[in-house]
Amino acid sequence: MKILTRNINRPNPAHIDSYLVNEGYVALPRALNDMTPEEVIDEVRFSRLRGRGGAGFPAGMKWDFASRDTRKPKYIICNADEGEPGTFKDRVLIEKDPHAILEGMAIAGYAVGAEKGFIYIRGEYPEGARILERAIAQAESRSFLGKNILNSGFDFSVTVHRGAGAYICGEETALIESLEGKRGQSRIRPPFPVNVGYRNHPTVVNNVETLASVAPIILRGGAWYAGIGTVECPGTKLYSVSGHVVRPGVYELPMGVTLRELIFEHAGGMRDNRAFKAAFPGGASSSCLDESELDVRLDFNALAAAGSMLGSGAVMVLDDTTDMVKATHVLIKFFEHESCGKCTPCREGLFWIRRILDSILDGKGTEADLDLLLDICDGIQSTSFCGLGEASVNPVVSTIKKFRHEYMAHIGNRVTRRTDVEAAS
Amino acid sequence: MSADVTLEDVREDAGGEEAEEQIDLAPVRKIVDSLAETRGMLIPVLQDVQKVYGYVPEEAANMVADQMGLYRSQVYGVLTFYTQFHLTPRGRHIIRACSGTACHVRGGKIVISKLESMLGIGHGETSEDMFASFEKVACLGACGLAPVIMIDNDAHGTLDPVKTERIVVNLREMDSMERGE
Repeated sequence: MKILTRNINRPNPAHIDSYLVNEGYVALPRALNDMTPEEVIDEVRFSRLRGRGGAGFPAGMKWDFASRDTRKPKYIICNADEGEPGTFKDRVLIEKDPHAILEGMAIAGYAVGAEKGFIYIRGEYPEGARILERAIAQAESRSFLGKNILNSGFDFSVTVHRGAGAYICGEETALIESLEGKRGQSRIRPPFPVNVGYRNHPTVVNNVETLASVAPIILRGGAWYAGIGTVECPGTKLYSVSGHVVRPGVYELPMGVTLRELIFEHAGGMRDNRAFKAAFPGGASSSCLDESELDVRLDFNALAAAGSMLGSGAVMVLDDTTDMVKATHVLIKFFEHESCGKCTPCREGLFWIRRILDSILDGKGTEADLDLLLDICDGIQSTSFCGLGEASVNPVVSTIKKFRHEYMAHIGNRVTRRTDVEAAS
Repeated sequence: MSADVTLEDVREDAGGEEAEEQIDLAPVRKIVDSLAETRGMLIPVLQDVQKVYGYVPEEAANMVADQMGLYRSQVYGVLTFYTQFHLTPRGRHIIRACSGTACHVRGGKIVISKLESMLGIGHGETSEDMFASFEKVACLGACGLAPVIMIDNDAHGTLDPVKTERIVVNLREMDSMERGE
């Protein structure tokens, strides 16, 4: 089933003419001419589309909240700060189908009463930013964006904002701070951006993939979309598959495909016929799944029930040659570097987790270090200011739980520390 | 919002220290003028400044602050928060190697060692002849091609040491040609 990737194999897919051939910009005039903003929101609500950035919040509900706020101006922000390690799905949409994103943004703007949209794209995607800017110019020249779109009286313009290298800016309130020209540090929630967002005005922040799903929903109806995938998590999902599989890549599949199907039926199985050891199903900040969990469905609810999360759908697959402690160390180094520094548990806690992992990998750890790690993780998880800290410890907790023996292999039988952590640094 | 801050004023404010080389700040003024004067444009302004100089010189950062009506500390805070801003001159080419997990498990580490030994520099360093700066970065968003590096704006994927060597040799040749050597 190709919904999001329907256009990517066309010649010159990013050009507006290529988009128009395949029902491009048909949903927008339908929304503007035949539907009220409330009807558009209802359609998205019926579709039960859930945010593809990671949290899985119902998109229709988000739009509804923003539309009820009467303060103007309002803003639509497309979160294209795709920074979760292992995620590369939004890049495909940005580079191959930018008009699907723009059409979704314009429809969102009409639905909630916003006239201005921003695309916040990560600094590592310079080509994507250029493609989006070209697409915006093309859409403006055909009156799909700009003043008085298709003579409907509705104005909507889009500006591309390039990030400058900060993972935290994928968090919606940090993204808004960054868009305002500040250091990207999260804001307290509530109030939520739907009421107090960009410049303290009502703001909808949606992921690229969420927005790209909008035009097909308006075109075919919410009920059609709700019939795809699982009841709780409808629609198709772009899974970014990386690691030790034969064919890493982005796969569009109905939500709820199992990990086993994704790896063995779609991604070509394990590389070199090695054995599957583990997978992080939702990027670097998700809890890992082991061999006994290959039949878990990759959707928001099933993965939450399995103690992990779907996140952005970044499935990192590891085979039996992988040292799980080293893999965890790489992940934690990333979070330590990307912690924005605002709150102590995340900033200091990740530093200490990394130090203890250093020491374990240096052969200087003890079994007590594992309890210490879990204790620090608990502190970070329960007291961090935002989702970065909260989720960052998932790989540590889950690998200690499921691959404790690998930590023990580094530790040996030592009960007392040979040298202290200080000396290991 | 004064548009007539001179280089001398800026220097004096900075403690009267002479910069080693005189930097032409005219482009900075143009950039700030061309973009709206709202604080929201600070990051795009600094990105454009960096495009001109290859890094953000202190004098330029100060001028941006003064012209946009911001404290210098605010500008410095932003410059040091985002990893893509640089406060010192950088090489003609920027080589970024992904150190993310997906690349790590597919041999990224070997590619990084190869690059470091060929370039003779480590993370965050610039070669003496200004040929290249090298950075280890988090996920480049091309995990399907792991291990991945980016040279300037181009991604190179599914690398091994042999391919890596070829890419660097080609880059050096191109660089010499461009410089007329």
